[in-house]
Amino acid sequence: MNLIVSSSPHIHDKESVPKIMLHVILALLPAAAASVYFFGIRALWVMLVSIATAEISEYLFLLLRKKDTSAALDGSAFLTGLLLALTLPPSIDLSMVAIGSAVAIIIAKQMFGGFGANIFNPALVGRAFLQAAFPIPMTTWVANRASHIDATTVATPLGGFKFSHLITAHKDLLLGNVAGSLGETSAILLLLGGLYLLIRKYIDWRIPVGVLGSVFVFDGILWLFNSRKYPDPVFMLLAGGLMLGAWFMATDPVTSPVSPAGIWIYSIGIGFFVVLIRVFGGMPEGVMYSILIMNSFVPLMDKYLRQRMLGEKK
Amino acid sequence: MIQLRMRRGVHPPEGKLSAGKPIEEFPVPKQVVIPLSQHAGKPATPLVKKRQKVKTGEKIGEASGFISAPVHSSVTGTVKTLETVLLPNGSSALAAIIAVDEGEEEWAEPTWPMKDLSALTPEDLRTITREAGIVGLGGAVFPTSVKISPPKEYPIDSVIVNGAECEPYLTSDHRLMLEHTQEIFQAAQLLKMTVGAKRGYIAIEDNKRDAAEAFENLVKGVGDWEVVLLKTRYPQGAEKSLIKVILGREVPMGGLPFHVGALVQNVGTLYAIYEAAARGIPLIRRVVTVTGEGVKNPSNFLTRIGTSAAELLQAAGADLEAARKIVFGGPMMGMAVKAPEIPVLKSTSGILVLSSVKKKKVFPCLYCGKCVYACPLGITTTRLVKYIQAGMWDQAKAFGLFNCMECGVCSYVCPANIPLVHWIRYGKFMVRMMEAKQ
Repeated sequence: MNLIVSSSPHIHDKESVPKIMLHVILALLPAAAASVYFFGIRALWVMLVSIATAEISEYLFLLLRKKDTSAALDGSAFLTGLLLALTLPPSIDLSMVAIGSAVAIIIAKQMFGGFGANIFNPALVGRAFLQAAFPIPMTTWVANRASHIDATTVATPLGGFKFSHLITAHKDLLLGNVAGSLGETSAILLLLGGLYLLIRKYIDWRIPVGVLGSVFVFDGILWLFNSRKYPDPVFMLLAGGLMLGAWFMATDPVTSPVSPAGIWIYSIGIGFFVVLIRVFGGMPEGVMYSILIMNSFVPLMDKYLRQRMLGEKK
Repeated sequence: MIQLRMRRGVHPPEGKLSAGKPIEEFPVPKQVVIPLSQHAGKPATPLVKKRQKVKTGEKIGEASGFISAPVHSSVTGTVKTLETVLLPNGSSALAAIIAVDEGEEEWAEPTWPMKDLSALTPEDLRTITREAGIVGLGGAVFPTSVKISPPKEYPIDSVIVNGAECEPYLTSDHRLMLEHTQEIFQAAQLLKMTVGAKRGYIAIEDNKRDAAEAFENLVKGVGDWEVVLLKTRYPQGAEKSLIKVILGREVPMGGLPFHVGALVQNVGTLYAIYEAAARGIPLIRRVVTVTGEGVKNPSNFLTRIGTSAAELLQAAGADLEAARKIVFGGPMMGMAVKAPEIPVLKSTSGILVLSSVKKKKVFPCLYCGKCVYACPLGITTTRLVKYIQAGMWDQAKAFGLFNCMECGVCSYVCPANIPLVHWIRYGKFMVRMMEAKQ
């Protein structure tokens, strides 16, 4: 008889960090598979390079920081690699993919202290870095194989609207017969993945609801004012990286608030910036910057907007 | 019957293996170990000496202050020695070790006036609970006589009988409610009379529907009592949770239930009150659930205080070779002990044997907020624990360090396996130590 003496509780539920990571990756697989269908085997290479670089960077930096290297197997680096790949254009040079992925893990995650300590979403920092370093390859879009357009480069739905006032049909946005990043094609598959995470309670429902709801409302107001000048709100929801951002990026637990009031400010803030950048900004898409901007407020919100305790004065 | 549910908290597997086992009277052991500190507050002052003969129910320790309780011998025998023994919580206390005499058991006369139950006054009940050494048997072991004497400026309007028994595995309250419904209800009525409450509620979780129905049959004719069927949820049976769920009132931070006109009593305590008031028996025995996956014959034993847990475990067929943890109490708040040779105390609701305990890898906090949303007291655990880890004590206090009742919900749900409750205990210990130094 060798009894363990430890602090209560003595039982634990079945959740764990690797399990959460695994399910988020599973939830992304339909959209990832669709990207291979839409853009060919090249999309698979982008994902593989991104994931491999993320894992290698994670392992090397854990080694360098003299930390437990088994943390590289918790799934979080894999997820960062996959998420980054889904935000990249299919035609991007693979060396650029590797650079972006290394920046995501090394600069945005390990430099801050590793898993749980980063302020900004690592995948989005990686993408922001690539956007600044390689602006042309990052905004060159190849045609979607399902759209039967025979051209070397095309515009994304949001780019088309911003610069040429072209409207893409809602059906094409839903199914994904459009140009864009690997993961900003099929809104329906992303929605499915997001709902799966919601049902399993791995993400907080208030974040996608706050982000998508506020985009719909803010853009809806503009659209009611002038439906010719401003895009319709359903188009806004389905186009670009919003679905991926709202369900898989903004919901990253590490970089989103836990305070209930904070969660609403955070998610509505993201929606506000998305509309602001897309409609009035110089770029057609603004999900990445919107999330990164609101990420920076998270520590502040968790400190000053904590939930009321039972019996605490109102 | 009203049906209500708690919003926060968790629902762990119930594991009520011994729910169908009637209460068995456990034989009087050859020796008992009775610590003089089995209650919240000051330890009792010993009244007996080495080699002194004691009768069953004889007072062997006197309450040593307002918040204290007397301790009684649970057997007829001879005091072998007074020595320091190990308690389930890892601390140690002075205890009387009593060898049981062979032959007939002799019962001591109660040290309180015995009257017909209907003739008892509030003052009588306070005397009885004090003299009989009755303390809260739900876990807090707070002296009952103090609890039923709230300050006059806080009138009590509602009494809640706590039969929630939300801890997994434990069934001692469940069995008491089924087998002694009448006795518990009579004690509850005495309690209500004592504090002058207008309404009474009997709160039972819906995994004990049979007990709720038994009470429903009793209270039908009595207008000011109501049975509340609660959806099973942990820690619904905690006083503050129960008051919030049933009365919709929030006990102020740092306050007590009487601040919002409520009094909560556990059903085990009520049965002890009945035994003292109607039968003249002080708190010398209680129902102990002996259970767990490693126990062949999960049981509910009516056990004399001071009986070694090892004897109960043996009787229930516990596989001690395979045991990885022995816990006094339930799996959420109970205390793991080093060895089974520890006496059953007034607070011992159960002895749990766990045979599959895995050491889980701890990850850094990912701020998922599961602990924050599960906390029944609304504590922002993520930040509180960061402050404790950083030694930022003022901020930790502002984030509810001393609000925490250590129910264990946060550690239970944490996907990073961070021992959050352990950190909070450490934080409380550090702050108390520093404040004591000043």
